[in-house]
Amino acid sequence: MTVSSSVEASNPLDTTLTATTQQVTGDDPAARLQALEERVRQLESKLVEQSVSDRLTMVVFSGDFDRLVAAFIIALGATAYDMQVDLFVTFWGITALRDGRKHLKKDLVGTMFDRMLAAGSKELSLSRMNMAGAGVKLFRHLMREKGVHSLEDLIREAGQLGVRVHACEMSMGLMGIQREELIDYPDLDVCGVGTFIALAKDSRQTLFI
Amino acid sequence: MLENEELEALEVAHVVDARASACPGPLLEAKKGIADVRMGEVLEVRSSDQGTRKDIPIWATKVGHEFLGVLEAPEGYDRLFVRRGK
Repeated sequence: MTVSSSVEASNPLDTTLTATTQQVTGDDPAARLQALEERVRQLESKLVEQSVSDRLTMVVFSGDFDRLVAAFIIALGATAYDMQVDLFVTFWGITALRDGRKHLKKDLVGTMFDRMLAAGSKELSLSRMNMAGAGVKLFRHLMREKGVHSLEDLIREAGQLGVRVHACEMSMGLMGIQREELIDYPDLDVCGVGTFIALAKDSRQTLFI
Repeated sequence: MLENEELEALEVAHVVDARASACPGPLLEAKKGIADVRMGEVLEVRSSDQGTRKDIPIWATKVGHEFLGVLEAPEGYDRLFVRRGK
């Protein structure tokens, strides 16, 4: 009956299993069988509890147009597999969530960031070959020509298909960006790293983009 | 997988045309389209995207449907057949 003891060894802090190794290894065959059955049942229920769900979590750190397109295409692909998708958007990624039409009165530093950062997905640059904005224009043109959805359409579709967006509160605080300036998106909340860790803990796949 | 003649003879319950769309468009169209047919019925996805030829069979098998095969239309697009399995 080494099976039970090895399970216990791999899970030393587990005190919730009531069928003990002694019961399972006792002399009476009927009692042993019963204890084993009980133990299997308990372990099975724990497996369900502990297993990661079919979930994809992404850290979207980049504010580059091309990386954002990739992130949203992957997110949409995952929805075709009925996966729950969560995007934890942090640092430069936040700029893609800004709504260029929403303006707030800000202090000096906030105003400086406002001027320096892209005010939404339409102002993002390419990570390579940007050529002062000509590169991103060319990409947008090619995407239209080849039937690839625009970044704005990808974001809209993601919202419709239940992709959840979590904006990093700390990054927003640093750059003086507030909730009221972000795009209208069906499932968007402002949160901290704890939320991301909790999501990633239960995700089969986690990507950093 | 079925032979070409069998594919031609299939009774298709619903057709989605994703020819104008690139990755991940056809996959999302297939996902939406499969919800419009009943269990055991066949969905046809039309696509001119090369990647979709590989994506749809993998997707179908993974999510519990049956990929029946692909026919090339004379006009140059693919007709992919999926039987709803769940």
